[in-house]
Amino acid sequence: MVSLIIQRMLQLLLLLVGISFLVFMSMHIAPGDPASIIGGPTASESDLEAIREDLGLNEPVLVQYIDYMKGVFQGNLGFSYQNNQSVTEAIITRFPNTLNLAVASMIVAVIIGVAAGIISAIKQNSWFDVSSTTFALAGISIPNFWLGTMLILLFSVTLKWLPVGGLSAPFYTIEGMKQLILPAITLGTASAAMIARMARSTMLEVIRADYIRTAKAKGVKQKSVIWIHALRNAMIPVITVIGVNFGALLGGTIITEQVFAINGVGRLMIDAIAARDFPVVQGTVLLVAALFVIVNLIVDIIYALIDPRISYD
Amino acid sequence: MAEAVVDNQVQKKKKDIAFFRTFRRLVKNKLAVFGLVIIVLLTIMAVFAPIIATYDPIEQDLTSAELGLGSEGHWLGTDNYGRDMWSRLVYGARVSLVVGITSVVIGLVGGVALGLLAGYYRKLDGIIMRIVDLLFAFPGILLAMLIIAMLGTSLVNVVIAISIWSIPGCARIVRGSVLSVKKQEYVLAMKSLGASNSRILLKHILPNCTAPIIVFATMRMATSILSTSALSFLGLGAQPPTAEWGAMIAAGQDFMWSAPHMTIVPGIAIMLVVFAFNVVGDGLRDALDPNMDLGK
Repeated sequence: MVSLIIQRMLQLLLLLVGISFLVFMSMHIAPGDPASIIGGPTASESDLEAIREDLGLNEPVLVQYIDYMKGVFQGNLGFSYQNNQSVTEAIITRFPNTLNLAVASMIVAVIIGVAAGIISAIKQNSWFDVSSTTFALAGISIPNFWLGTMLILLFSVTLKWLPVGGLSAPFYTIEGMKQLILPAITLGTASAAMIARMARSTMLEVIRADYIRTAKAKGVKQKSVIWIHALRNAMIPVITVIGVNFGALLGGTIITEQVFAINGVGRLMIDAIAARDFPVVQGTVLLVAALFVIVNLIVDIIYALIDPRISYD
Repeated sequence: MAEAVVDNQVQKKKKDIAFFRTFRRLVKNKLAVFGLVIIVLLTIMAVFAPIIATYDPIEQDLTSAELGLGSEGHWLGTDNYGRDMWSRLVYGARVSLVVGITSVVIGLVGGVALGLLAGYYRKLDGIIMRIVDLLFAFPGILLAMLIIAMLGTSLVNVVIAISIWSIPGCARIVRGSVLSVKKQEYVLAMKSLGASNSRILLKHILPNCTAPIIVFATMRMATSILSTSALSFLGLGAQPPTAEWGAMIAAGQDFMWSAPHMTIVPGIAIMLVVFAFNVVGDGLRDALDPNMDLGK
């Protein structure tokens, strides 16, 4: 197990270097002179040259990349072209909102998805199974930005039960939880649908297995068969889906933050793309991609821990 | 010569039988049939948009702004500029379908080529799959946004972004199929007969990888349409006054009080179309699976 973790950590390190290089090069070859963006339309050629010199833009691209990575390891992701604010600071200020949203959505997705999938499998072909399967298909197909808008229309504009948007209060307060409900449902629905589909199909497979039949034949109660014998094995592939979906949720926060006017990393990224503020785009993309691969690594390790059959040799 | 002609006819007949068998299995699935109907309607809307639409989709008429559903002359109402919602919906179908098909085709070409090479040539496998892994390290929408950040905001750049995003998934699927097909005896037989690698790849391996490619393409259409609308919703894709469903929802957000249909109508359209491609993809996967007995 230790060698597996070390091996996967080394692969992760290489992947992170690859990601950072790809992101850096993408921003580097993007059209538009950073010096002109910073200097504005009134800047003279000598001003622009001074800015280029100051930012190291006259250096070869590999030198620029190495300098950038040195900064990254020291926690310095550069400075915004728009307001000269530190990108690291801008991300640190907004990241808690993004993380709260992603975690809350994951909780919603796991509770609904796993419960719906298991009940569907146990009561196969019942009305619950049919409606849950149909909702799962619909859940994958609903655009989350539209679902969010519809939830706002119903629960905020019409019924006035929940706030329209924003995430200003801490998540552990009543107000904070109220603010999180709609965005979490919006972002978690598609993942809940995918988890439900996976949980249903694996549970169906497991409850037909010989060892379950043996347990039943030995007189073990139905509840014990499901909760003790079937669930553990059925959950192995579900955990992978949950992990992969957590990464997707991190990407999905970008859209949900926009719908609910949440001041998170995603919104920061969208604004930066529109303004061609490359250091901010670079920093935010790097952060989300790094989190995504780290989450995948954790899922891989958990997967190997709970299923002794898995070997990565 | 005559033998070759007969052989070709036999091959064609076998393909026809396989096609009809798959189709018969597909139409037994009611949800897939529902999806197929929606896709056919979408295609008709897109192709005959100038005939089906009742107004110019970008023509403004401020005297009839924000008319509700069922209004005279505008059965789906109008938006805040008085533009007919039905006509914008019809032209929006054209945008969705064109962007979806283009990005899936480009993604397939790139993905199939990389997958074939990686699966067949062991020397290329390592390099290609590391690039694929690198692209997989980004949540899909993030990769699309990175490409748009690089190229600028426009519908064409959305097509490029979604195409690139489709490549790694397709490459992995094709590589997997190639790895299993290339060990089959008929491929080994072709090799021993001296057939060139390109002939083996294109004539003998690729046709046997089509089932997973078809399923991937159908499912990918759903993702492409959904992502195009999401990017346009964020202001990174179609720009005003283009009639695009995601952009229509974004425009309707400010009028949720006075004209909720501006948001509701295009959202239902996206959901139906994405649902249709998803269920047809699901149906195709079952229909193309020889181990699946749908006759029970």
